[in-house]
Amino acid sequence: MFKILKYSFYDLMRSSWSYVYFLFYLALGFVLLFLNNDVSKAVITLMNIIIVLVPLIGTIFGVMYFYNSKEFTELLLAQPIKRSSIFLGQYLGVAFSLTLSLLLGLGIPFVIYGLLESTAIFDFTLLLVNGAFLTLIFTALSFNIALVNENKIKGFGYSILVWLFLAVIYDGLFLMSLIVFEEYPLDTFSLVATLLNPIDLSRTLILLKLDISALLGYTGAVFKNFFGTNQGLIISLFTLILWTFLPVWRLLFKAKRKDF
Amino acid sequence: MISLRTLVSLICFLLTNGLIANTILVCNSCKANSVKKGIALASDFDTLLIKKGIYKEFNIVVDKPLTLKGEGFPVVDGEDKGEIIRIVADNVTIDGLFIVNVGTSYTSDYAAIRVVKSKNFLIQNVVLEKLFFGIYIEKSNHGRIYHNKIIGDAKDEYNSGNGIQLWYSNHVEVERNIVQGVRDGIYLEFSDEVLIKDNASTNNLRYGLHFMFSNDDVYTNNIFENNGAGVAVMFSKRIKMYDNTFRKNWGTAAYGMLLKEINDAEIFNNTFEENTIGINIEGSNRIVYKGNDFKNNGWAIKVLGACYSNTFTQNNFLYNSFDISYNSRLNDNVFDKNFWSDYTGYDLNNDGIGDVPYRPVKLFSYIVNRTPETIVLLRSLFMDIIDFSEKVSPVFTPDNLFDTNPLMKKSHD
Repeated sequence: MFKILKYSFYDLMRSSWSYVYFLFYLALGFVLLFLNNDVSKAVITLMNIIIVLVPLIGTIFGVMYFYNSKEFTELLLAQPIKRSSIFLGQYLGVAFSLTLSLLLGLGIPFVIYGLLESTAIFDFTLLLVNGAFLTLIFTALSFNIALVNENKIKGFGYSILVWLFLAVIYDGLFLMSLIVFEEYPLDTFSLVATLLNPIDLSRTLILLKLDISALLGYTGAVFKNFFGTNQGLIISLFTLILWTFLPVWRLLFKAKRKDF
Repeated sequence: MISLRTLVSLICFLLTNGLIANTILVCNSCKANSVKKGIALASDFDTLLIKKGIYKEFNIVVDKPLTLKGEGFPVVDGEDKGEIIRIVADNVTIDGLFIVNVGTSYTSDYAAIRVVKSKNFLIQNVVLEKLFFGIYIEKSNHGRIYHNKIIGDAKDEYNSGNGIQLWYSNHVEVERNIVQGVRDGIYLEFSDEVLIKDNASTNNLRYGLHFMFSNDDVYTNNIFENNGAGVAVMFSKRIKMYDNTFRKNWGTAAYGMLLKEINDAEIFNNTFEENTIGINIEGSNRIVYKGNDFKNNGWAIKVLGACYSNTFTQNNFLYNSFDISYNSRLNDNVFDKNFWSDYTGYDLNNDGIGDVPYRPVKLFSYIVNRTPETIVLLRSLFMDIIDFSEKVSPVFTPDNLFDTNPLMKKSHD
């Protein structure tokens, strides 16, 4: 498995897409800090970008890589290697290289601009952890879709749809249900609805750590009571881990049964 | 005919007893070794010169028109036993004292300096620390509170007092004071025609400035910063607020300024910066907001119903999460010639006024007002998308609420 992981990883490193991704984040980090020069404010702007772009890039990259390395996968399948090692190795290779680009790309400019002395270091770490999780989750989702759909166009379509659903449509449905059921106590409902969507969960986790959480008012207080405690943080991290594991598990499950 | 002798003696009598004021020294080794003794020895219009030292006294009653002047900030220590100075005579001046340890009580409002039913008082250069109430003016008109420093260490609202409190006191000037760490920095109740100028009220537990039922007051050049809930202005008429700064009142229930039942006020050239809500308006009519700066607030202005005929003009709305929030679709207020940092229109004829009207109420802020729980979707991509579509064709937000002449450049710096 580790050999395949290593191979996928180096393959991506050579293919220069990781560099493009890395340079994009590097440029983004520098531009943000250049325009803002305030680390804690830059974290807010960055959050907006991370919760939208990271899942999108993870999705597209995952699908692309899976379809591109299809022949290589088939070659590996002919070898006496466990199927789970092949797919897990490839998945982790892609996910790790994306995560690494994200961490380094954003980490370097922030460290240069004095993150280590600033109080925003914890928020920033949380932001990166969330970004890493989102990468892992959405790459896994896209691998799932690509595995099931032989047709590339269909595969791409479905993955974009999944991203669109979780990033935009889900919030729309969430909003509608909040308005429709406004007569009822909605605190628990909104907590659960937030937990169920990794993008919303990341957004909420980061928002609550920032000054801007004062805008959330009463509902914010309920959220803070939940997410602010250790128990809440553990539950949300557990949810993120679950969100990572379920698609990976399904990927391996499907891969074992698939007739190539 | 009065003889010359009688006349001379009469003049001498008047000079010694009334017209020429004596100075009485108060120090630890003087004949008057306490402020109380000094007051007992003094006659009307005398000056008590209090030398540097520590005077452990409380319940000092100033019942004659005297000047109490401290030299090198003598300390009057109340040892937490009760009220320290009570003024019950007209024309009293207190100058340059350092008053500490006012007693705390749940039944009476002990103050460091209390003025009761007296006219023409002057309290200046006084430093108050470890206090319950600071300067408490009660039914006393025509006074001046100038250049004092009040540093409290209040922790809970229920057992702390206010820095400067005016109650049924008209024509008082409160100028250049520094108040911090008390419950309400400056508190006014039933006090008309008061001038509050150049004060700094910061880090107080509840309000920086709090006033009720006080009409025709003027507030200029004050700074209210980092107070528990900001500034509350209620049930008053014809207030003028110029050039004040409201900053960093940040918290779930905090605002720069709360206006409740305020009519015919003028709010000009103030700065509202980094408050959760810049101005929270409720039931306030005929107010003119002109030349104010709203910077980096959560909500710049939150209107909560029953606000009619207000005018907002030449204000700068800069980088607020929400510029205006309205809870009804009815609008009777005028927005004209403001600068909005979110404005994306153009100005083809270069007259400095945008050609497309600006709608300051976002759909999201409308939804949040309706269903407060929806605020959890703050900064979600979906909200940005529907805000944009609402901007293009308004359906939910008040359709006559817009600035027809949005400025292209800031109205002032």
